[in-house]
Amino acid sequence: MAEAHSEVAYASSTEYVSHHLGFLTYGKVDGHWGFAHSPEEAAQMGFWALNVDTMLISLLLGIGFMAFYFLVSRKMTAGVPGPVQNFIELLAEFVIESVEGAFFAKNKFIAPLALTTFSWIFLMNTMDLVPVDWIPMFAQLVTGDSHLYFKAVPTTDINITLGFAVAVFLMVIYYSIKIKGVGGFAGGFLMYPFPKWYLAPLNLLIELPGFLAKPVSLALRLYGNMFAGEVIFLVIALLGYYQLPLHFAWAVFHILVIALQAYLFMMLTIVYLNQAHQVDH
Amino acid sequence: MTIEAMTLLTAAIIFGICGAGTAVAFGNLGGKLIEGSARQPELAPMLQTQFFLVAAFVDVISIIGVGIVFLFIFANPFIG
Repeated sequence: MAEAHSEVAYASSTEYVSHHLGFLTYGKVDGHWGFAHSPEEAAQMGFWALNVDTMLISLLLGIGFMAFYFLVSRKMTAGVPGPVQNFIELLAEFVIESVEGAFFAKNKFIAPLALTTFSWIFLMNTMDLVPVDWIPMFAQLVTGDSHLYFKAVPTTDINITLGFAVAVFLMVIYYSIKIKGVGGFAGGFLMYPFPKWYLAPLNLLIELPGFLAKPVSLALRLYGNMFAGEVIFLVIALLGYYQLPLHFAWAVFHILVIALQAYLFMMLTIVYLNQAHQVDH
Repeated sequence: MTIEAMTLLTAAIIFGICGAGTAVAFGNLGGKLIEGSARQPELAPMLQTQFFLVAAFVDVISIIGVGIVFLFIFANPFIG
């Protein structure tokens, strides 16, 4: 069905899938700035390549839910709440309960952070449920370029997930140093698990990989789950009209993954920040 | 053996091992969750939260493996 409707005739299923996994990349190639027309060109752009599709959709979703929350909070009433306010209160209560269950220090920043993380990642993951050809075909229609790359799910771009994970990692370092001081933070690496000064290199060797693995595993978990789900959607889309029941079945299963991954990212953010706030250790 | 055949074989091996590993882990994890909540049903919500948290640690390696497998199958970096 995908081939029948799209203006581009794909030579093979591999080409269809890899075209849908390509990014709309903006950068400098052969001395001038422009969009990449092939993965090779995107690779040539090096560091200053910008994935426009990921940025566009993630920022749209981010600004969208922020504006929505802001508008609802302006109309907040202590009387009988409307359905929208009910929904937001339900969400906020769920997040607050999660924070209270996993975060034992005092920090007013954590609950809003958790709510933002959860909402934004959930919305970005939900883009996976939009049929895989709709947004790319719409983008191709708008720009008039029938061979345009467009990847609609921001969390299948490792740059987004790594960006989130690095932000969490920096916050962990910031709060560790703020709560324990530089000495306490370094002591966590040098004097644990063996509190002898001559074993400090060994301690560092044990503690440091675990610390550095946190952001990497945080990013790769979300990316891997969403990427695998997206590829399965793409493979199902190759089946012609038989794809419809299969799409439905996989989407039903995938809703679980979408919500679970957003929840896990939020929970792990809270847990890591809680570790940063713990003084004894 | 061609690169394509090697890649498919590798993908099958990665997928198989990932599946086996997570299957054992999730079996243990789910069994213990049910055991725990049967013993103390009032702790069930707390246990479930912990269960999902540990599940995240369990499935991270295998989901990375699955991601790499899909990369190998559909956008093989070794061909061409």
